[in-house]
Amino acid sequence: MFQSIEETKTVGGIRFGILSPDLIRALSVTQIVIPETYDEEGIPIRGGPMDRRLGTVEPGVRCETCGNFVTLCPGHFGHVELARPVIHPLFSKNIYTLLRATCRVCGRLLLSEDDIENARRRAKNLEKRWPLLKYKYGEAVAKKAVKNTTCPHCQAQQYKVRFEKPYTFYEERDSGSVQLRPTEIRDRLERIPNHDLEALGLDPESARPEWMVLTVLPVPPISVRPTITLETGMRSEDDVTHKLVDLLRVNQRLKESVEEGAPQLVVDDLWSLLQYHVATMFDNELPGIPPARHRSGRPLRTIAQRLKGKEGRFRGSLAGKRVDFSARTVVSPDPKLSINEVGVPIEVARVLVVPEKVTVWNIEEMRELVRRGPSEYPGANYIVRPDGGRIDLRFVKDRNAVAEALKPGYIIERHLRDGDIVLFNRQPSLHRMSIMAHRVKVLPYKTFRLNLLVCTPYNADFDGDEMNLHVPQSEEARAEARTLMLVQEQILSPRYGAPIIGGLHDYVTGAYLLTRKDTLLDKKRASLLLFEAEYEGSLPQPAILKPGPYWTGKQLVSTVLNGDFNYEGKASICRKCEACLKELCPYDAYVVVRDGSLLVGALDKNSIASQVPRTLLHEYLRRYGVEKGAKFLDGLFKTFIVYLDIYGFTMGLDSLEVPTTALQEIEKLTNKAEDEVEQLVERAKKGGLEPLPGRTLEDTLEQRILEVLSRTRDRAGELASRFAGMGREAVIMARTGARANMLNITQMVAVLGQQSLRGERIKRGFAGRVLPHFKWGDIGPRARGFVYSCFKRGLRPTEFFFHAMAGREGLVDTAVRTAQSGYMYRRLANALQDFFVAYDGSVRTSEGFLVQFRYGEDGVDPAKSDHGEPVNVEKIIREVMAEKGG
Amino acid sequence: MVESERVTEDVVRALIEPYIHVLPKRLVEEIVKRVSSYGLTIEVARKVVDRIVGEYLNSLVEPGEAVGMIASQSIGEPSTQMTLRTFHFAGVRELNVTLGLPRLLEIVDARKTVATPIMEVYLSGEYAHNRELALEVARELELTTIENVSRAITVDYIEYSIIVELDPDILENRGISPKDIIKALNRIKGKKGSIIVDNLTIIFKTGLEDAIKLKRIHDRVRSLRVKGIKGIRRAVVRYDEKINEYKIITEGSNLVAALSIEGVDHRRTITNNIYEIAEVLGIEAARAAIIREMRNVLEEQGLDVDIRHIILVADAMTLNGRIRQVGRHGVAGEKPSVLARAAFEVTVKHLVDSAVRGEVDELRGVVENVMVGSRVVPLGTGIVKLLMLYPALQSMDSVDEELSSS
Repeated sequence: MFQSIEETKTVGGIRFGILSPDLIRALSVTQIVIPETYDEEGIPIRGGPMDRRLGTVEPGVRCETCGNFVTLCPGHFGHVELARPVIHPLFSKNIYTLLRATCRVCGRLLLSEDDIENARRRAKNLEKRWPLLKYKYGEAVAKKAVKNTTCPHCQAQQYKVRFEKPYTFYEERDSGSVQLRPTEIRDRLERIPNHDLEALGLDPESARPEWMVLTVLPVPPISVRPTITLETGMRSEDDVTHKLVDLLRVNQRLKESVEEGAPQLVVDDLWSLLQYHVATMFDNELPGIPPARHRSGRPLRTIAQRLKGKEGRFRGSLAGKRVDFSARTVVSPDPKLSINEVGVPIEVARVLVVPEKVTVWNIEEMRELVRRGPSEYPGANYIVRPDGGRIDLRFVKDRNAVAEALKPGYIIERHLRDGDIVLFNRQPSLHRMSIMAHRVKVLPYKTFRLNLLVCTPYNADFDGDEMNLHVPQSEEARAEARTLMLVQEQILSPRYGAPIIGGLHDYVTGAYLLTRKDTLLDKKRASLLLFEAEYEGSLPQPAILKPGPYWTGKQLVSTVLNGDFNYEGKASICRKCEACLKELCPYDAYVVVRDGSLLVGALDKNSIASQVPRTLLHEYLRRYGVEKGAKFLDGLFKTFIVYLDIYGFTMGLDSLEVPTTALQEIEKLTNKAEDEVEQLVERAKKGGLEPLPGRTLEDTLEQRILEVLSRTRDRAGELASRFAGMGREAVIMARTGARANMLNITQMVAVLGQQSLRGERIKRGFAGRVLPHFKWGDIGPRARGFVYSCFKRGLRPTEFFFHAMAGREGLVDTAVRTAQSGYMYRRLANALQDFFVAYDGSVRTSEGFLVQFRYGEDGVDPAKSDHGEPVNVEKIIREVMAEKGG
Repeated sequence: MVESERVTEDVVRALIEPYIHVLPKRLVEEIVKRVSSYGLTIEVARKVVDRIVGEYLNSLVEPGEAVGMIASQSIGEPSTQMTLRTFHFAGVRELNVTLGLPRLLEIVDARKTVATPIMEVYLSGEYAHNRELALEVARELELTTIENVSRAITVDYIEYSIIVELDPDILENRGISPKDIIKALNRIKGKKGSIIVDNLTIIFKTGLEDAIKLKRIHDRVRSLRVKGIKGIRRAVVRYDEKINEYKIITEGSNLVAALSIEGVDHRRTITNNIYEIAEVLGIEAARAAIIREMRNVLEEQGLDVDIRHIILVADAMTLNGRIRQVGRHGVAGEKPSVLARAAFEVTVKHLVDSAVRGEVDELRGVVENVMVGSRVVPLGTGIVKLLMLYPALQSMDSVDEELSSS
């Protein structure tokens, strides 16, 4: 493994520049002249664009330059001697500034000797510290030079140079406009001294300006533009190859014409055609010229197009890479797994492999794996010999023999098995908790299984979500994954300093039901629940002895909690009384844990949920660390849902039953609202309504109507909730914060309320009315999208339509928003990705720029903070005082 | 000192003294205040301080942490949950404010013009407690044009004059006298023009002889500023219960002009246009403004994001003394690495430019290293620069051999 160290070389840097004609020739293995690819027998033509010396892409054929097969041949450049020079289209802007900034006769920069000297010095000074400023400065110098109409060095008169995109230049002489040919341009650029170029912030060493006019064209190796062979045996060439063929054809004709002494007109025509082909070979989306097309009419994808954009070489192939050792399938829940585990189907485990080195200690085990082979589950797929040779166990006839031949130093690529570390991911990967490390648990069936508690960080549900799994292949990668990326290490979110993994939905309901005052459990159930909590020990003293031993839910929770744990806080079911009685709360909504026993208070969202700071769970994690925290989540939380099972929690229509008297009252309310709105409208018509400052009368009326209607819905909600006590499942879920809120219940049992588009009542549709079911000019609640019905009784057709309108707006909104915020995130990430905390606690960029003297002004890691605060002073004081007292 | 004596602030301060350069100032002050308020004995207080220092040191970031990436994730991830179109009311129901994702984009884009510019003008001294005085300041702020205070402005094509009929109610409401209007008209009347006043009707004889020019002058008269500040469409006086003061909220923003008005507290008055703040109050103020604005947006949406992430973004945007947008024309576009820039946006342009300039990419950043396929990026665990002695490895190999042969 280490033997390769000596040969390892790292790339120190990459210099960018322009290839000089000499260099192009030097890099070339052959000149390309013939505009044809293959002969009749399908053999590449020597001297054509598919010349075998340029490398090989056909399997089994050796490269004529390096003698390697496809896998090892890097490809070799060729070159084309252009019959006439042409402008490199991507540099035409630079050529334009240079032509204007330098003298057409002597080639000097159009500035006085002193100015040039000054500019050079400043450019030099800027170079080290602010390279980007140097280039900006160079541009400013060029701008200044352009203004000079006579050369300060040779006094020659300068003409205006006109640039026609993408690559034509004219000089507006006194006698009229004259086109500058590439030859003329090249001559001028050649005359510019290196000295003057430095003043413009350019680097003549790596980019002489005359190199921007091509006289020799490099021909990219074949591996860059491979031939594709279809199943039918048809061969299809790459776009760049097509382009090269066209280019060579024109080049040849141009050469012949020049040699034959053809009329200037003919030569010029061919010349500009050559220019076109060269230009489109580099970039086929140049403004002002038609893109070169394939026979089918599809525009060719030439060099610039390959680099550009999301799927281009940079973003698609270099910054983002495809990987091996990965799997993807549907996910489904499994509450019995640990949060650190992931269930992996056997089928997947049989394909994904982990390389394991054979040592004296494991050789027998490895032999057994080899004997079992690739198809029997805990087996192995490959053997790598110390010399690098691979043995594919699928094709080994006598695996026993191979197994016997194993020696320390061999590497076995064995099947994935329980306990292996893998990375698990759900897209979109918006934060680091979207990729976490899990321990493998190989399971039957075909889905990945995960604990429900990790749904929050992945933002996963089970309506068909798929997730990806990656197997790290090196020991370093596994070590980092285990210590940094394991789920338990990610429980505390760096976004807000609170657990992102914690109770949700049924966990919250279960916790509430288990810990509320009236929950009593007999021995059988208490034992079962403690078993699920992975508690080992004896049952505590029962809270009730007659008529038999019974335990409270709070007792069970206390049994699992550590003896020195203390916590105090309000529950989500808190009624927000004016004077809080704290531990004497009649609703059991004040949670107190003292010395590890849950004395009062039912657990709910404010005690155990994820994404809520300063909960019991959060305190537990801060106090005992994530290792114990993970056990807490694996154990106690499991009892919550198991209890929910025992309890038989379910929500049905009966949960939404409301007495008729209440319905009547709601109807009264809505009638009153209708009247009120009518009165408002009347008043507005008569001019009795005072417009709000800066608003029109219509706006004011709308606003007042909206106020009336929203008040009505709130009242209806209050009415409904008066009849909906904690006996209702729906209410339990809403009040404990498990799912939904009281507004949703209102919408189910009382009134749905106002449907809105763009924050206003619905007003567009037919002339003078939204739907043909209403009178013209009716601006009453019903005609503008107020839904009187509730979900339980059902909506009227018009109401349903309004509801659908508002619903559709929501969908469109989400679609637009994801695109916008996705782009914002990409920009933020690109801007800040190189920032890190240095050893001195400052924040720096990878280039060494100082961003902050101390991270976040106090050097505190938000993930380790108490919801942003480095230390909870109050809590520590109380703790210390308590210790003293005790 | 007697052991059982209750600690005073000074004593607590003395206890913290050794850690004064370690703990952040804010924390020191909090400890002093809280610990002394409990009336602890020195023994207990010492224990408390020790534990606080310990916990603080435990909560520090680890070297190498990729705080930039964490910050962008912490802001980018919740932004998916933000509402798109929220025009809310900032305590003042008649004023619109852009919030939510559009506003966040405005901030990170560092737009020169914001969709809904707003100023919060705080008042100084007596002005802050007297509604009448506050209203007076508001009138000074709000832009009043001739059109605002007149019933009609007509053109007399025969006399080549413009007739302005003033509205007495509005004049009084806005605290403007006809004299102010004449003063304003004098500014544009030129040599030939003259002004005749007839009670509330003002006739402005232009002295022109060209109907087209007359029309143009007519437009100018209409939008002629009589009072107030350019750009401020409306100023509303509000009573802020939190600070028990009157303050003025304006639609439209012009910080320089507003600060020079009497009664305006130049220390507290702010605008939501970050560029304006940078120009008037400097880059540090702009940084603070970015932090405040981003925080407000996220808070209003009920999104919990640690302030350190926001601070980092603000610092990145302002670190070289100018405001730079987060994107192509700013922070991301000014990176020294060619490859990093090419991988972000406008790939070809960056490659071509770098060729002409002969730039060298030193491969110091994250993407560059991903691109060339080196196995470490210079962040996180990759920050460690450690070389291993090759002989040591060889001796390890020999141990291996020994083991395998035995």
